[in-house]
Amino acid sequence: MLNERAGRETLAELVTSRSVLVCAGAGGVGKTSLAAALALDAARRGRRAVVVTIDPARRLADALGLEQLADHPQPVTVPPATSSGASSPGSLHALMLDPKVTFDELVARLAADPGQAERILTNRFYRSISAALSGTQEYMAAEKLYALHASGRFDLIVVDTPPTRQALDFLDAPGQLDRFLNHPAYRLMTGTGGTVSRIAGKAGRGLLRSAARLVGSAALDDAVEFFRAFEGLESGFRTRALAVGELLASAQTGFVVVSSARPEPIAEAAYFLERLAAQDIAVGAIIANRMTPRFTELTTVELERIAEHHNDGGDAAFLAGLMELTATSEAEERSLAPLLDSQAAPTVRISLLDRDVHDLDGLERLRRLALGD
Amino acid sequence: MDPSAFFTGTAVHLVAGKGGVGRTTLTAALGTAAARLGLEVLLVEIEDWGGLAARFGGRALGYEETVLADRIRGRSLRAEDCLVEYLCGHGLGRLTGPMIDSGLVEVITRGTPGIKDILLLGKIRQLEQSRCADVILVDTPASGHALSFLRSPQGLLDAVGNGPVHDQAVAALHLLQDAARCQVLLVTTLEETPVNETIETAFRLEDEIGVHLGPVLVNGVLARTPRRGPDPSDPSDTDRSGAVDRWIREAGIDAALAHAVQRASAFARRRRDAQRRQVLRLAEQLPLPRLEVAHRPGAGPGPDDLDELAEELLDGLRAC
Repeated sequence: MLNERAGRETLAELVTSRSVLVCAGAGGVGKTSLAAALALDAARRGRRAVVVTIDPARRLADALGLEQLADHPQPVTVPPATSSGASSPGSLHALMLDPKVTFDELVARLAADPGQAERILTNRFYRSISAALSGTQEYMAAEKLYALHASGRFDLIVVDTPPTRQALDFLDAPGQLDRFLNHPAYRLMTGTGGTVSRIAGKAGRGLLRSAARLVGSAALDDAVEFFRAFEGLESGFRTRALAVGELLASAQTGFVVVSSARPEPIAEAAYFLERLAAQDIAVGAIIANRMTPRFTELTTVELERIAEHHNDGGDAAFLAGLMELTATSEAEERSLAPLLDSQAAPTVRISLLDRDVHDLDGLERLRRLALGD
Repeated sequence: MDPSAFFTGTAVHLVAGKGGVGRTTLTAALGTAAARLGLEVLLVEIEDWGGLAARFGGRALGYEETVLADRIRGRSLRAEDCLVEYLCGHGLGRLTGPMIDSGLVEVITRGTPGIKDILLLGKIRQLEQSRCADVILVDTPASGHALSFLRSPQGLLDAVGNGPVHDQAVAALHLLQDAARCQVLLVTTLEETPVNETIETAFRLEDEIGVHLGPVLVNGVLARTPRRGPDPSDPSDTDRSGAVDRWIREAGIDAALAHAVQRASAFARRRRDAQRRQVLRLAEQLPLPRLEVAHRPGAGPGPDDLDELAEELLDGLRAC
């Protein structure tokens, strides 16, 4: 429990001291609500906070009572604090990432001239990868948070990562981009500045012809056009990606890994911890969310003993509900032990709320549970 | 409904749902249920990392079939494997190696709208056509992605004007739109957000793709009343509340334990009430039959739970 208290203090410290918080975890663990609750907490502490969500399911929109989240920060009215000690009013904004719009803006910003931007933005291959290329979402999330950070409008940016294994790919954004831009096919297609027919010799042409047979020549022409239009933009992209990577790896950024007590989220959280450790990034906090609450210090075994003692008149039935919840809670603790006892970071356990979080009141309850005040 | 008719009514069942609602577990349980009826089952996982096999206590699935249990086989499909197989099947096998080495395969699967999904759907269609099993159950990507996954044939038809991939897209769309061959089973839990998403996904799947929707699988349903024993927190149940007070007094239960009993049952009751509201919402807004699966205490389903879940699903189907 000491660890628990330290975890809450750490979480409060993260919320007050960092410029960026990244929440990572599997789908269904309540990550989006938690990200919003952390941003709400920062706002309560007088900071200008914005929460960025990527989830297409509009969960945050639910949680914040917004009909639609735009790609630009929308103000959220923070309900007045009920507890004393509220400092000067901060602010809360929310936005839902539209990777395509973000990508378009980046291209427009980095293009040498409007003509180049136009050529790229209208290219079909570009339109496809900007919306669908795996990793684009992650990369654009990082880009968005960097842009928000650079704008100076916010003291804290809380990012809710996509519920995928690739969620932390943006840590390696420059590497990813380099892999894409130095792609053998890129060189094959762009060649030394000519058309497809002039490039890379016979073998390359044969390959491209086969590819064209497969997907149709129009699609391939689009790809070639894209790579050619993109020429000259790489260095801008690379510089930008490096800056994003530096911000994420810096002490200004904190990572919060979220799990529930179910096996898959636990495996995901373990994977994220490994991934962060491999990049030498310290984990700010581990949150075990949606835990079955504990109503008694007694263990299942002890409750069973009491139940047996009272069994004569069928009285033990009264204990059934308590026993079931206690047994569930014990099972959850066992499953989470490897994660929470790893000492990888301060931990916080948050009980499953008896109501779903889908409005600001719900967020406020979650905030109090997470930060313990 | 006759459960056998449910499983054999369409060869392909696409199981879809938001992350965390138990989609993979229920895919495995449906497979177990079908196998119990004597049907040969193939479970298909899309670009996943072993969740399905873990339900049967096995190691991660590969592209080739693996036996998971009696009458149940499983395999994991990756777009790259599907493409290579496709190339070989279309007389382009000779070029497969160089195409992979040059990165063209990667660019093609990444850069052409929806081609990855088409390759996967094409493979599912091929599995259906080959009649390799009586029932093919596909654990599709999480629902936001499921929608774009299933929408890919239409998108690709717009983007690719000719060639074999175009033909694949047409064939995949035919499969999706044929209620005699394919249906989507949406999985949800009784919480605000999954219910919202289920309703939205259901309408969009029907409107935008024209795919047939089977019953909604509702996971984690709490018993309407406490499974065992009375509900000491229910104010309308004066008999019971009185009984608890009496019990606490007469049995000499200490105050702390009595308090814990009351709080635990109040918590359980609020969860049940919240679920009841969501069931009503689902019933009002989504005119589909529901197959309910009871909440299981504990931290997660293991291989033993599959039999129980399968039994529940079969009972539910009979009552549907």
